Amino acid sequence: MKKTKIFAGITIVALAFFTIVFVAADHIDAPAVAGTTTDIADFYAFEGDNPNKTVFIATVQGPLAPGTVTENAVFDEDVLIEFNIDNTGDFIEDLVIQAIKRGDSMYFFGPAAPSQTGLNSEVAVFAERNSVKISTSDDFQTSSNNGMNFFAGPRRDAFYFDFNRFNEVVSGAAAPDGFFPPGTAEDFFEDLNVLAIAVEIPNSMLGTAPPHVGAAVGIDGLPPAYNVWVSAKRKQ
Amino acid sequence: MKAYKYITVILAIFTTLLFVQCDDDENGNVIVQETCDDGLQNGDEEGVDCGGSACDPCAQGLDFSGMYAQEDIMGRPGINTVFSGNGTVKNNFNTSVVSDRASFQPIFEATLEAYHDVYGDALGVMLDYETNILGLDAPTFTTVLAQFDALQVAPDAQTTYFDPNTGVALTGRTLSDDVIDISLILMFGGTTGTRFDGNNGTPQLTSDGVDSGDRDFGLPFPYLEAPNQ
Repeated sequence: MKKTKIFAGITIVALAFFTIVFVAADHIDAPAVAGTTTDIADFYAFEGDNPNKTVFIATVQGPLAPGTVTENAVFDEDVLIEFNIDNTGDFIEDLVIQAIKRGDSMYFFGPAAPSQTGLNSEVAVFAERNSVKISTSDDFQTSSNNGMNFFAGPRRDAFYFDFNRFNEVVSGAAAPDGFFPPGTAEDFFEDLNVLAIAVEIPNSMLGTAPPHVGAAVGIDGLPPAYNVWVSAKRKQ
Repeated sequence: MKAYKYITVILAIFTTLLFVQCDDDENGNVIVQETCDDGLQNGDEEGVDCGGSACDPCAQGLDFSGMYAQEDIMGRPGINTVFSGNGTVKNNFNTSVVSDRASFQPIFEATLEAYHDVYGDALGVMLDYETNILGLDAPTFTTVLAQFDALQVAPDAQTTYFDPNTGVALTGRTLSDDVIDISLILMFGGTTGTRFDGNNGTPQLTSDGVDSGDRDFGLPFPYLEAPNQ
């Protein structure tokens, strides 16, 4: 009885704190964007097969069930996906690579210094423009120009996570055990898809990387690194 | 009438030139060899060297005007979802700029401690966050998360969120990086990284127990697998 009461109390406290519909890593992360075409699911930045290039991947509108849901998912012509690169260490974007859909293609602008930084953007029509036909499940398309590679279309979600158990962990329902062991735990995203936008770009186009931000909080020895993030902006 | 004659002559010459250019198999058949950089609209191109089955789409006439306002933003995985605590804070985070996030630090720290309280209460003990394996105490850790929420990506080094084999950390995020376990270790692993690892009567809070399964991370650009059918 006492134990039950404690757990009930925990659950109430936990729910008060964590009224979370957590579909990580950024999938459906906030009420205002959940389920909309600006909802970012994930962001990756890593060295390409060619070590002189960096890959930026944003996934949006996830998670998508296989089949009809995935086939019917489309990019929104009113949504500008923007890869931001800070190469001076002030966490303000010095360069952007923008992606926006028109017709059956995704158009890419940049990398270029944006006409303005911050919450509002215009499409950098003054910058280098490239495009790729948007892929479907049956029609895989990439394009290349000037050392850069481009892709847009549905892909398998690379993100793996026991999302259902996490909700129980944060709600207190999983206390005191926590997560399941391997074998019992289940990857919620294993059979799901996302819409992906990928750009591979020569590092020479990104400028010189600043000192790693880790040094500012006492983590020494990390190599120079750009600070990068992705934003989704809707036409006003 | 005179102008019409001139146009006819010019068209005739131009047409002849075109056929001369294309009729290079010497048997009278016209070989169409339009290319996407010949400066002509030919083949099934929809404009000069654009559109159709072979060339990049035509961008002429497309409207890219207007102002676009931020609705979502992401640097490191899970930050807003895990640390903002409620919908209002999440919405505010998504409409903030990376360089102006000091106000989120105390919220993130409170959320981090609240997670510990859930398990402290369950175990009947007081539990607080413990300085993590990177040596970051709660205020510093949540400052990193709130105020510097970007992926750091190194152009001249291994890129990984954390590679336990090499010890390299915070130099990017690959598709294969187990960002959930890494995040859990930094949140709940304490100084050793194993504080709540499910052993010795502790809850399992440093791993969600899943790996990447049968995903293939060895593919060429765009490095992502075809969608699940």
